[in-house]
Amino acid sequence: MSEPREEPLEAPEESPEPEAPPEEEPPPPPLVPLVRRHHWLVRATHWLNAVLLLGMIGSGLQIYNAFPHFGIRGEPYLPNPWDNTGFPLGIRLGGWLAGGLNWHFALAWPFVITGLAYLLYLGVSGEWRSILFRASDVPRAAQMQLYYLKLRKEHPPQGKHNALQKGAYSFIFLLGVLSVLSGFAIYKPTQLSWLVAAFGGYELTRYWHFWAVWLFVGFSIVHVLMVFLVDPASLRAMITGKYRGRFPSHD
Amino acid sequence: MIDQAVTDLRLSRRDLFRLGLVAGPASLAASCGWQGGPLQPKLQAVSRFNDWVGEKLFVSNRRLAPQYPISERTPDEQFPVYSRTRPPARVVVPEDWSLEVGGLVRNPQRLTMAMLQAMPRITYTVKHHCVEGWTAIATWTGVPLATVIALAQPTDEARYLRFDTLDSGYYNGWDLTSAMHPQTILAYAFNDGPLRPARGEPLRVYSPIKLGYKMTKHLSRMTFTSERPGGFWEDKGYPWLGGI
Repeated sequence: MSEPREEPLEAPEESPEPEAPPEEEPPPPPLVPLVRRHHWLVRATHWLNAVLLLGMIGSGLQIYNAFPHFGIRGEPYLPNPWDNTGFPLGIRLGGWLAGGLNWHFALAWPFVITGLAYLLYLGVSGEWRSILFRASDVPRAAQMQLYYLKLRKEHPPQGKHNALQKGAYSFIFLLGVLSVLSGFAIYKPTQLSWLVAAFGGYELTRYWHFWAVWLFVGFSIVHVLMVFLVDPASLRAMITGKYRGRFPSHD
Repeated sequence: MIDQAVTDLRLSRRDLFRLGLVAGPASLAASCGWQGGPLQPKLQAVSRFNDWVGEKLFVSNRRLAPQYPISERTPDEQFPVYSRTRPPARVVVPEDWSLEVGGLVRNPQRLTMAMLQAMPRITYTVKHHCVEGWTAIATWTGVPLATVIALAQPTDEARYLRFDTLDSGYYNGWDLTSAMHPQTILAYAFNDGPLRPARGEPLRVYSPIKLGYKMTKHLSRMTFTSERPGGFWEDKGYPWLGGI
């Protein structure tokens, strides 16, 4: 089974299944055509973002270790399962506070730039239509959830992404935007005091920025699990751009 | 459908290997508290660039830090004190202390405490931001630094200000824009009382537009320079501008 990878294959003809004698090779599984699924910009920003996010989290946890609490001095600290807990060296980036800060503020540039490049691409190409979660997706997402819970037998019809995926991806874009905004607010709390106020004050801004980490981590774990459990072909699509899987690649 | 998935998985084995190529350096980078190794000078260069952006884009002398009611002050004993020397540096004979203002100025100054306290003063209750992430609120009283700068009249070449201390070689470099900010002061009072030794007696720099490590305590000398001065923590790798 080694097809030339880049060459599009013709769609299989509906051929009647021949009654093959048992000693012969079993017929190969039906092939669906290899289609273009992801633009190179989407693939590049996706993988860059994965690496950069890892670096942002590692350096962020390094910064957290310098003051592992949330709240102003002299008042009770905000609820936090990691209160007064240092993160182990193995998951930190920077080694000490200044190292963590320098990594965090250096990686923030490509992190924001790749994020903006991707969002710009979505807007210009019109791809946003296939990924943005809208009100009409609510009942579809419910159906999809029923299917995953095995309370519905057949897979609901979908476009490039199902409604739950749209919800998850739209949420993670929003989380990215909020992380960047809260990060800027923590970086320049006096100059951007209006932004700090919008997040509920400096201490709460730091708090939300920290919780965003765990939402990113949770999303990433589920995201990778779903790739392998539901649509392994999508991994290849995100690397080479070509997809041969069970779902449509266009709405 | 399951056959299909298996086929795809097999086809993407090489892709998995490629993914490994990407994930390898990524996990390496995020592990073991890596400071950057050969990349460290590059990180410092980006930090300098961020200082430049911070100075050009974010430092505005029209934007003031918010002030707080006195009732929101952090209890004195809860407001941490970081000192290089223990016990903190002190002036043996207070009458002998004076602030020397020199470097690229037209009128070098030697200011006694009596002279400083005779100048117009401002008092504000603001939030202190430590680079570590903690915050505390206190009231500070002092002379606007802009007043002292106006007395000394820096020359056109002067672009930075270096603050030196009595305290074991601690020093800081500041950009002039931040030094001229209306809330940047030479403080001699804390929470309505005199500046205690640990808070930077007899005089210290204070400003709600910079992080705590930029606020030189036990101030003894101010020097205007054309070259950017470093700083005690800044030389060790902390962001130079420290502007918030």
